Amino acid sequence: MTKRIVIQAALFAALATGVASAQKILINAAGATFPYPMYSKWFDEYHKKFPNLQFNYQSIGSGGGINQATQGTVDFGASDGPMNDKQLQEFRNKRGFGILHFPTVMGADVPVYNVAGVNTDLNFTPEALAGIFLGKITKWNDPELMKANPGAKLPATDIIVVHRSDGSGTTYIWTDYLSKVSKEWETKVGRGTSVNWPVGLGGKGNEGVSGQVQQTPNSIGYVELIYAVQNKMKTGKVKNLGGNFVQASLAGVTAAAASSKEMPDDFRVSITNAPGKDAYPISSFTWLLIPEKIADANKKKAIKDFLVWMLSDGQKMTEALAYAPLPKTVIAKEQKAIAKIQ
Amino acid sequence: MAATSTTVASAGPSRPAPSFVQRLRSGDQIAHLITFGAAVVVLLITAWLVFELYTNSVLSRNKFGWKFLFTSTWDPVAGEFGALPFIYGTTVTAALSLLLAIPLGVGAAIFLAELAPPRISDALTFLIELLAAVPSVIIGLLGVFVLIPILRTVEPSIRAVLGWTPLFQGPFYGVSVFSAGVVLAIMIVPFIISISREIILSVPGDQREAALALGATRWETTWDVVVPYARKGIMGSIFLALARALGETMAVTMVIGNDPKIKASLFAPGYSIAAVIANEFTEATGDLYTGALIELGLVLFGLTILINAVARLLVVSTTSQGSAR
Amino acid sequence: MTLHLIRRKTVNWVMLSLTGLCTLIASGILFFILGYLAIHGAASLNWNFFTKLPTPVGETGGGMANAIVGSAKLLLLASLFGVPIGFLGGVYLAEFGGSAFSFFVRYTTDLLNGVPSIVIGIFAYTVIVLPQKHFSTLAGGLALGVMMIPIAVRSTEEFLRAVPTSLREGAMALGASKAKTILTVVIPAAKHGILTGIMLDLARVAGETAPLLFTSFSNRFWSPGWEQPTAALPVMIFTYAIAPYEDWHQQAWSAGFVLLALVLTVNIIARIILSKKGPVPR
Repeated sequence: MTKRIVIQAALFAALATGVASAQKILINAAGATFPYPMYSKWFDEYHKKFPNLQFNYQSIGSGGGINQATQGTVDFGASDGPMNDKQLQEFRNKRGFGILHFPTVMGADVPVYNVAGVNTDLNFTPEALAGIFLGKITKWNDPELMKANPGAKLPATDIIVVHRSDGSGTTYIWTDYLSKVSKEWETKVGRGTSVNWPVGLGGKGNEGVSGQVQQTPNSIGYVELIYAVQNKMKTGKVKNLGGNFVQASLAGVTAAAASSKEMPDDFRVSITNAPGKDAYPISSFTWLLIPEKIADANKKKAIKDFLVWMLSDGQKMTEALAYAPLPKTVIAKEQKAIAKIQ
Repeated sequence: MAATSTTVASAGPSRPAPSFVQRLRSGDQIAHLITFGAAVVVLLITAWLVFELYTNSVLSRNKFGWKFLFTSTWDPVAGEFGALPFIYGTTVTAALSLLLAIPLGVGAAIFLAELAPPRISDALTFLIELLAAVPSVIIGLLGVFVLIPILRTVEPSIRAVLGWTPLFQGPFYGVSVFSAGVVLAIMIVPFIISISREIILSVPGDQREAALALGATRWETTWDVVVPYARKGIMGSIFLALARALGETMAVTMVIGNDPKIKASLFAPGYSIAAVIANEFTEATGDLYTGALIELGLVLFGLTILINAVARLLVVSTTSQGSAR
Repeated sequence: MTLHLIRRKTVNWVMLSLTGLCTLIASGILFFILGYLAIHGAASLNWNFFTKLPTPVGETGGGMANAIVGSAKLLLLASLFGVPIGFLGGVYLAEFGGSAFSFFVRYTTDLLNGVPSIVIGIFAYTVIVLPQKHFSTLAGGLALGVMMIPIAVRSTEEFLRAVPTSLREGAMALGASKAKTILTVVIPAAKHGILTGIMLDLARVAGETAPLLFTSFSNRFWSPGWEQPTAALPVMIFTYAIAPYEDWHQQAWSAGFVLLALVLTVNIIARIILSKKGPVPR
């Protein structure tokens, strides 16, 4: 008897909570960890503005964003590696329509390290980074590193490489850069959200890699700039095409975007290893992946309105979190593109 | 009651056996049907599970065939997948955990069964069995923040003693196959202790008394008489512990290092089947990638079934309690 | 005393002490875990933790209120699904069994019990999440429910079998049908054991993380109803523990402490009840 009452009460409670949700619109999204600090701030601010709209964004990695968006288990995805032609075709095959890329911010991949006795910013040449991640440069006091850092006391310890264990746009940006600066990397490993790493430990998400580097002495990894800043980690300077060692910064990222080619109509572009003496060489856009057709009218309106807000008010919040705002030409182009969402 | 007759009336049924309708009305048939239905549901769910694993891995099985089990490349970019690094990682961590947990577990079981006074034995067993209830993610939490720093300080001493073997060479990253093995050992030791203790307790007393009567010391009695007698059951507990170790996901994922490579050193990072599925499943782009991960799940499923079957055979045949067939 | 005898006595003493040491280590581990979580977790438990939602990355003051409620809902769903099937299946095996079919059912139940939880997660993903095209509390709850079934079956069967046959025969001699006997005599006699078996089952499933990773996923907000993703305590612990934010680490410890306290309390209560009623079957 009591069992029956309990069951009935539970069902009633479930129904009641279900009914109450009719007013609230929950939009599920998943993807890149690279812009997660920005997105979590944006969705929080937007929720404060429109309390009935909830954007539930889970940072599971760009690979996850692309996959779940393709499967349709989330309403939109996010990635810092643009979908390649094969993935776009797969989406089209599965869903019957296409998917659009919308750049949101620009950020930088930075090399972070944890070396005992080194408190200055280390300089990394492209050869050094490629060599370390290929597993050919194995000690911190390797000549390639000593050459670029004459003042630093580099120990004779082994370099422990940390990379991403999950499918990651941050990885895509990093490997895209390495592919451009190292023929060996391009042929041996290539670029992608998930690659066959020659060496290293895997950390889950930008969070995992920063955590791993913090806890592992003599390690080096790559993370999005804000993760290094928020966790007060040592970041290195990287030599750009113009020959200067540049620290990752908003100015450097903006310079990289400015000096690169025209933005294509589908917004898929790479700005790594950009020319110019101030450009930071490992910069990138990051994108929201929005399906061309959204069935639910409420969700469609909410997403489109959010995009408009993101391109105006949202862009004002980027600098506080060490992301560079989009160039004005890109914003104008995107505002026109929002109409493509049916 | 008339008890004058010397013959006992035959104890036949006082009324005919109930008919189907009668049984239906009395609820027997319904009860039988409902509970039978539940049992069938269990069978169906299990069958469905195997079916789903099998059909969703079809792309990967067709492309790689049996080679899948022996290939060591895991390259999502090129679409080349092989299970060997994960089978290796799973096996090595499980083996290491057994190496650590068996002496500890059997030793404690012996103490609890043979030496400790009953009340203390019960109390301590109670506590040790509680350890089995600690969720895996919490053990993982402690693994990351407590165990790995401890292992970092202990590692130089281990290297000093065992560094001549390739098993303990190379840099120590903290996260490693070794750390995963230690974490697993902590998780499986309660099973070994609990079951082995029961088995040892069920060894008949006259065996012990006979040995003691012949002048054996307590230890000799235990080690040379009782334990061999209980050997099958203890082996069963070990297999059960092994099955548990193979399927452990969270704690291992947090400390193993997530590197799909086969290295000789235990200090190197590795990857287990369960860990790679947990890490990569949500983001496996493309049906081949997902299929490969599901095929890994099928492999793990097969492994655990095998080990569990052996375990049950060994344990059930030596315990006096437990369900009768 | 000969040298040989002295050696045997020494070995005796040494080995027996070693076994005592093993026991000390094994029991010590649990105390260590409890103590460590108590120190780190309980210390930072505050009102925020139980009442607030998670805050954006980098901002302090967040909590896990939605994860606590989410876990409760998942467990409710798991028991609604797993307990009836497990209980009735156990009744079948104990009361109507004996044939080859029940041997087969028992074997399959053991099989299902041995399936790694991550594989059950894959199963729930392919049969619920993909067709529905979204993550949900339903998918997570059903995955946990499937995990509950085998233990519910076995523990129900064990405790029903432990009821003396004389009770059954007494009821039948008085004219009760089999169904009536089971309902009014056997099950009540075994109810303590069955209930505690279910409690232990629930406690075990409460700590499971792997099956939830791709079924109930996670949610920054409250998750009304059953069709949306939901936060859950074990998943939050996992996510926060591997992150680099100190605030998140603190919350992971607190969540770990709460989860462990709940799981152990249920276990202790269950075992105390059981120990008063009879031996604990395996």
